[in-house]
Amino acid sequence: MSQSNATLKLSGLEPLIVTPESNFVNVGERTNVTGSRMFLRLIKEEKFDEALSVAREQVEGGAQIIDVNMDEGMIDGKAAMVKFLNLIAAEPDIARVPVMIDSSKWEIIEAGLQCVQGKGVVNSISLKEGQDVFREQARKVKRYGAAVIVMAFDEQGQADTFERRIEICERSYRILVDEVKFPPNDIIFDPNIFPVATGMSEHNNNAVDFFRATKWIRENLPGAHVSGGVSNVSFSFRGNNIVRESMNAAFLYHAIQHGMDMGIVNPSMLEVYDDIDKILLEHIEDVLLNRREDATERLLEYAETVSGEGKKRVVDLSWREKSVQERLTYSLVKGIADYAEIDVEECRHLFERPIQVIEGPLMDGMNVVGDLFGSGKMFLPQVVKSARVMKKAVAYLLPFIEAEKDGKSSSAGKVLMATVKGDVHDIGKNIVGVVLGCNNYEVIDLGVMVPCERIIEEAIKQNVDVIGLSGLITPSLDEMVTVAKEMQRANLNIPLIIGGATTSRVHTAVKIEEHFQLNQTVHVLDASRSVTVVERLLGQRRDEFVADIKSEYERIREHHAKHRAEKEVLPLEKARENKFKIDWDTVEIAQPEQLGIKHIEVKASELFPYIDWTPFFRTWELHGKYPAILTDEVVGEVATKLFEDAQAMLHKIDNESWLTHKGVVGIFPAAAEGDDIEVYADESRTTVKYIQRTLRQQTKKASGVPNIALADFIAPKETQLKDYIGGFVVTSGLGIDERVAAFERDHDDYNSILLKALADRLAEAFAEFLHEKVRKEIWGYDTSESLTNDELIKEKYVGIRPAPGYPACPDHTEKTGLFELLNATEITGVSLTDSLAMLPAASVSGWYFASPHAKYFGVGKIGLDQVRSIADRKNMAPDKMERWLSSIIH
Amino acid sequence: MKDIKSILKERILVLDGAMGTMIQRYTLEEEDFRKGWFENHNKSLKGNNDLLSLTRPEIIKEIHAAYFESGADIAETNTFSGTTIAQADYGLESAVYDINFQSAKIAREVADEFTAREPNKPRFVAGSIGPTNRTASISPDVNDPGFRGITFNELVVAYSQQANALMDGGVDLLLVETVFDTLNAKAALYAIDEVFEQRGEKLPIMVSGTITDQSGRTLTGQTTDAFLISISHMDLLSVGLNCALGASMMRPYLQILDKQCSFAVSAHPNAGLPNEFGEYDETAELMGDQIKAFLEEGLVNIIGGCCGTTPEHIKAIADLAKNYSPRKITSNVTE
Repeated sequence: MSQSNATLKLSGLEPLIVTPESNFVNVGERTNVTGSRMFLRLIKEEKFDEALSVAREQVEGGAQIIDVNMDEGMIDGKAAMVKFLNLIAAEPDIARVPVMIDSSKWEIIEAGLQCVQGKGVVNSISLKEGQDVFREQARKVKRYGAAVIVMAFDEQGQADTFERRIEICERSYRILVDEVKFPPNDIIFDPNIFPVATGMSEHNNNAVDFFRATKWIRENLPGAHVSGGVSNVSFSFRGNNIVRESMNAAFLYHAIQHGMDMGIVNPSMLEVYDDIDKILLEHIEDVLLNRREDATERLLEYAETVSGEGKKRVVDLSWREKSVQERLTYSLVKGIADYAEIDVEECRHLFERPIQVIEGPLMDGMNVVGDLFGSGKMFLPQVVKSARVMKKAVAYLLPFIEAEKDGKSSSAGKVLMATVKGDVHDIGKNIVGVVLGCNNYEVIDLGVMVPCERIIEEAIKQNVDVIGLSGLITPSLDEMVTVAKEMQRANLNIPLIIGGATTSRVHTAVKIEEHFQLNQTVHVLDASRSVTVVERLLGQRRDEFVADIKSEYERIREHHAKHRAEKEVLPLEKARENKFKIDWDTVEIAQPEQLGIKHIEVKASELFPYIDWTPFFRTWELHGKYPAILTDEVVGEVATKLFEDAQAMLHKIDNESWLTHKGVVGIFPAAAEGDDIEVYADESRTTVKYIQRTLRQQTKKASGVPNIALADFIAPKETQLKDYIGGFVVTSGLGIDERVAAFERDHDDYNSILLKALADRLAEAFAEFLHEKVRKEIWGYDTSESLTNDELIKEKYVGIRPAPGYPACPDHTEKTGLFELLNATEITGVSLTDSLAMLPAASVSGWYFASPHAKYFGVGKIGLDQVRSIADRKNMAPDKMERWLSSIIH
Repeated sequence: MKDIKSILKERILVLDGAMGTMIQRYTLEEEDFRKGWFENHNKSLKGNNDLLSLTRPEIIKEIHAAYFESGADIAETNTFSGTTIAQADYGLESAVYDINFQSAKIAREVADEFTAREPNKPRFVAGSIGPTNRTASISPDVNDPGFRGITFNELVVAYSQQANALMDGGVDLLLVETVFDTLNAKAALYAIDEVFEQRGEKLPIMVSGTITDQSGRTLTGQTTDAFLISISHMDLLSVGLNCALGASMMRPYLQILDKQCSFAVSAHPNAGLPNEFGEYDETAELMGDQIKAFLEEGLVNIIGGCCGTTPEHIKAIADLAKNYSPRKITSNVTE
């Protein structure tokens, strides 16, 4: 047997590999009710949170395995073992080490084995109840996949001499290895550490026998390891910690020399071997090694002179000595909530304003958490715990922040914000405005649809420090490029910040940054990051930050270029050959109940059941699914409060008729002609009222996967089948402006944003409501449908309603035709901006496809050949078309 | 016929590709999932793909045949959700024996046909044992981290039924796959060990874990090497990785297995990562290129595909695998 075969491999979330070269493996012993009175009390009182802290301290203190023992008459040991091990599994910083399941009751051991996903250690089994029981238990341990500690104990009792120790260990080993086929490397013997210097001469050789047995086991029982409970040796010196700690250390030193490679040692009950007083050491070693007849008396005498407190228990609290920022970051990263309030309180005095504690130290800490998570160095359960600490810290600060709300102080900087020309979406921008405002920035908000010239003009006039641009629809991306170019031309040397749903780091790096060289352009992912970004851009460490951003964007550009080369775009002809095929001979096309245009107006309350709440919470950066989010551990409370406010406002919207909900829907005869859909005025199908030009997926697909265009869902002209298409425009935004203006006069951003977010939801609900009506009545192809709101949200119905500007038809210019076809502006009051955004913003438009084969898809990247083809078909200048489609051109 | 262990020393074996992706191509309806077996069942069964082995066996056979045709050595039975736990959602706990038995039987028939045709390339059937939809190590309730939705013992009972039925149906191997919670896998292995003992018959076992993302950990937080250690108490045929990642992202974790695993190493990655619409669109060529890197490095003994892979992908993989010698299996486990 080679040396490498003596390797013991254990695991928690991470591996623990014990080789002959490894140092002694330290088993943490404080999560043991028989050894720690404090732990026993915590378990008895069911203070499991604190009990977990004991385990965490052990791991932080360097324990490589934690021993868990719940053997106490007053507690239900099995239930406590299961509960504690299950709780540990949810604490990655504890669960990373293997568990030693410690009990004298097999029932508890087995219950424990059923809770650990890693490879742990059973502590212990023995021949005490005969070899049948021993064999059976060993088989089970093997089947559960754990290593095992075998006590030197048999039917006759506990081994107390060298001979008895090796006899029992050898017998156990042979049964395990030869009969049970237990892997020898997974066997750990505990040859019994007994007290010395007890005054009874038969105990004089206790330590020596242990050392010799250890050596014999390591030499004669290949693969096996040796462990033991060290502090037992110094039991006679209870009360004299100096002697105890020194004796433990000396014993351990010799035991390791003899081959003991694992053990239960309380580090606070251990002196450093080299630091033991030389005379004391000599006396102790005389006892341990049984070197003199009078060794015990001499040590007892000497012990009288060295009694004292001994070593204090060491919890690794060294991190508490670091700076308060480092402590907060540590708490956030480690998810330790115990010190959050103390540290935040300390911080509060270091800053002028309590809010700065959030933006500064706490945000910095959360950014570390975010970065660690992003790079895969932290994982989800830890991040959830970090958020808990953050919440606790913020909750502590809130009363202070409230108290000083009217407090005056100078502005940290002027930020000009605008939703760019052609775009009307401003919820995200407004949230950023509020957050920046809370952080002492002066925010100049130019509103929505702000032309480039005005942004430049105001920026110069007001002498602002930063410009922030926002937009939601894809054409806004291009408008942002225009603003960047104009800032360069106007020699405006201030940072440019980009945000909004369709914006991205990639777009900012690839398309915007190059046009504005005077200062830095930065993409901001969400409102919570905006403060940090602005602060860094205006702060003292700006250069560092800018350099980081620059190199990051450079990397993104390189990656983008590489990635682009990887994605293959087919020639348009090839993509067309691979269209989505429907067998028109067998398909039944539903004849609409009512053709032509219908107006529709509804009351808000009719829409309530159709509201999809999940995106509403996302607007507020509360991530999670409704209704679970209301009871979410971290955001549940906030989400519930927000939800209550939303319900109250909905009530008012309905009762006081704040908003008008108007829509138009039309169903028309239609036929596909290549990638186009011809829409006819009436059933004679002679007058073409409109031709919808659909875009086809062009990236290379895996075999059997088609390149889809919306036209594929409509029966081709040559089949002469009577097929149909529908269209709709709905709005819930009529009347919103006055209400918003009223809120803003009161400086009530919260309600202003809330109303806008609700109007958006109502418009979406309106679209859902109308689609159902179309399916059941107007087109009437699915009269039997009965779906719950949840099923509606999951789009479990037949047919689709793709919206121009969204993945299935990214071409915004199709909106113009749709609006004309439906006479939508006149009927609903919804108009289109230069960028083809709908005004009011809380509006939804789209096409209806009724085919059971119709499904949502994304067009993805397209080639220039398709852009030219579409421009040609639409009679539009190719460069203009290219501009409209720029975000999807490969 | 040569046994699989000795073949593994000679060449790289090819495992088949995705079952679900292939089933999707047939655009089946609710009645396809009921035909002849569950006509009057009170719950919707569409999407319960394992049932097709009973209701539309010809489709499943066709898929097995397509994979063997493209060069697969091992077919996985259509039993990924064939436990009472996974079937409980459909109220079909009682169908579990039939699902496993019939799935094994039809895969066996197709494999035997191919083996008869090409005796020098015997085809094997691996009984697929999925993770179930419950986790033994994570609480489903965030407010009560100590709670568990399933116990080890419940898992053992369910897995025993599945393993027995698969063996009755004639599988050659058992494949415990898509392990995202190692405790579930340990329960499966515990059950299999008991079943082997009761039947007095052993089959080679493959285990395949799932590293969920670039943290390099399983869903329940274990690193690749900790996962390997946690299941190595069984005498396994192979340990590998499947699902969640595409081939290139899987490579670093296969390198860890290559270094530390004393069993054969398997990999069946997805066809890339799902795109923004949840579809896998990595082509056979692209996936083949990435897998070539594994083969050049000698990282694997068994290679195949998971979500999104098709016979085309498997053909590309099989054509490549032919040209490379298998990873050397250096057992450092004492017998």
